[in-house]
Amino acid sequence: MNKLWLIIQREYLTRVTRKSFILATLITPFAFALFFVVVAVIFGYESDDSRRVAVIDKSAILQGALKDEKNLFFKFVDYDLDFLRKHLDSLQYDAILEVPPMEDLMANNYTLFYYAEDAPTLDIELMIKDRIRDAVREYKIRKLNLERKQLEALETRVELDPEPLKEGGADNSTITSAIGAGIGMIMGFIMYIVVFVYGAMVMRSVMEEKTTRIVEVMISSVRPFHLMLGKIIGVGAVGLTQVAVWAILIPSLMFIVQAVFGIDTGQFSAMEPGAEIDPDDMEQMMALGLREIQNINWWLIFPLFIIYFLGGYFMYSSFFAAVGASMSDDLGEGQSLTLPIVIPVILALYIMMAAVQAPNSSLAVWSSIFPLFSPIVMPARLAFNPPAWEILVSVVLLIATSVSFVWLSGRIYRVGILMYGKKVTLKEFGKWMFRKM
Amino acid sequence: MTNHPILRLEEVLKVYDQKVAVDRITLSVPKGSIFGMLGPNGAGKTSLIRIITTITQADSGSVFLDGERLNSRHPEYIGYMPEERGLYKKMKIGDHLLYLGRLKGLSKAQAESEIRLWFEKFEISDWWNKKVEELSKGMQQKIQFVATVLHRPKLLILDEPFSGLDPINTNLIKDEIHHLQKEGTSIIFSTHRMEQVEEICEHIVLINQGKNILEGEVKAIRNQFKEHQFRIDFEGKLPEDLSSKARIVKENGRSVVVQLLEGAASNQLLGYLIDQGVRINAFNELLPSLNEIFIRQVEQSNAGLAAASGH
Repeated sequence: MNKLWLIIQREYLTRVTRKSFILATLITPFAFALFFVVVAVIFGYESDDSRRVAVIDKSAILQGALKDEKNLFFKFVDYDLDFLRKHLDSLQYDAILEVPPMEDLMANNYTLFYYAEDAPTLDIELMIKDRIRDAVREYKIRKLNLERKQLEALETRVELDPEPLKEGGADNSTITSAIGAGIGMIMGFIMYIVVFVYGAMVMRSVMEEKTTRIVEVMISSVRPFHLMLGKIIGVGAVGLTQVAVWAILIPSLMFIVQAVFGIDTGQFSAMEPGAEIDPDDMEQMMALGLREIQNINWWLIFPLFIIYFLGGYFMYSSFFAAVGASMSDDLGEGQSLTLPIVIPVILALYIMMAAVQAPNSSLAVWSSIFPLFSPIVMPARLAFNPPAWEILVSVVLLIATSVSFVWLSGRIYRVGILMYGKKVTLKEFGKWMFRKM
Repeated sequence: MTNHPILRLEEVLKVYDQKVAVDRITLSVPKGSIFGMLGPNGAGKTSLIRIITTITQADSGSVFLDGERLNSRHPEYIGYMPEERGLYKKMKIGDHLLYLGRLKGLSKAQAESEIRLWFEKFEISDWWNKKVEELSKGMQQKIQFVATVLHRPKLLILDEPFSGLDPINTNLIKDEIHHLQKEGTSIIFSTHRMEQVEEICEHIVLINQGKNILEGEVKAIRNQFKEHQFRIDFEGKLPEDLSSKARIVKENGRSVVVQLLEGAASNQLLGYLIDQGVRINAFNELLPSLNEIFIRQVEQSNAGLAAASGH
């Protein structure tokens, strides 16, 4: 035990004190922050190209109501179109907007004409269309003698509020599933990245011990199983350290960026033109979302997430260790041996994405019980309150599988690390598992 | 010193897949000796060493270290420098030695003071913070040796310790081996380089195809295999009828190698030559080198095994 602890310490300390690790851990959040600043500056950059637009509105559809925008000035004129087109420059206009009379009030299409040297830019086009749509609506209401109140009554916001069947059951709202999906996706992705980044780190490090020939020196002092386990735990701790540093630094840097630059880092998702959300609605949704986040059973989800995280990490990284131990000095030839890990992890990621949309489909249920997929799929389902028995079976299976994977990998490992210059196949893995030492 | 050997193997057997790597080997390593383990490549030396160092386990037979049946505490009493050896390249050598020392059961303070002693001995006291990858190959080998003996093992096992060493470092390590022996360490020295064994070892075992084919003191073995050959450096003329007294093996100007006839004694031959008026400058018995014995024995045992499997 004492020796295992020494190994864990060395594996951990040599990595976290390495310059490259410190740099990667600290620079990544700053790179994130810088990225946001740059993106915000780019998006916030406003066109300094100002335009004066002459509007010809003979039938007074717009009734002179077209507000100026930044860098875009509208002026209603009485000139003829032909006259204007000839003297545009001398009258100091950049473009002409011709608003033709509306022949059929029941028509759904209405075309305006824009005369200029070059076609309107996208933001000008969208802005003008937006303004005209509102004005045309007003115009039609007026001309058709419609009742405004009735018209407004046509707009109905429909909501679906899920209520529990049994009394005292969890009262959810639709936003629960959105938030559940979000949390599930984040958890699934973290698992996916951890498996690949730190599992591969375990593999490389085992290979390095083999190629530098330190391994036989080591196992004359410690049991190979302890060496492997110490490495897996040590590297896992390195991973947790990095994730923890990021979990603190990234949000706080975002906060600083927002405070210093006055940039709303949340604005980018709502940047699509036309998708304007009423600020009141937004506030309501935020409040509801917050309440739902509080409603989620964190006391259950968080420990479970840790269990799935550890289970998945041990299961996959021990296999990576076994592969690393069986590789010869040539890195390339072992790549095919990693396929048995890579394929289930990638499959699990896709299943996870499907599972957040249909968390109770049989695919989601069975995948979240199957131990090779469960570390990625089950965390994604946790926010949707899956039945307790499913969680229980899944956790028990995962723990049993992880323990046996670590054990079996240990058996492959102790044979593999002493084997030089031999190409290893999966078939031999099987033999090694049951070979006595 | 007690009488029981530092290491005793009894009927140790190890089979890999279908290959018998160690075939019922029995041998004893006397306490405080430098013991040569010889054998061609693939003879089973490394397999045997891995059993002694508890890296693997024998399929049958028993191993006793200092009179005790081999157990999981014993690696702390053994220092093993494998043929395939190396160090963590990115580690500082001080930290590296500390780590390996503590894995052998030393406390942090103990390990540190031992490391300081060795650093002083090799005059590298200010090298604690140097990284392994910054060292020359020879220097890395020295550090590797220090790592092996840091915990003052009772039994030191060196597998081809001089491979990759230049003559200066070879001598330095040789001196350290003798020094450790004086302090009471028993040393097993595994190699296929005979001249080193002849120079260093007192006892040897010869292993071929997993079997112990010869074991004993170096002097006794050479005597056992001697062929009663003598080299005579002389002046004057050899008597015509010398061949009636001894068989001439090789003649080269003023030097001749002769083999005594059955039942003849060297003194008789010398006396005869002096009586005949030959001036003798040197008269040496030629003992077979270990290399010759080794090759002869291996060939013999291979022939025996081939014959046995032929039937």
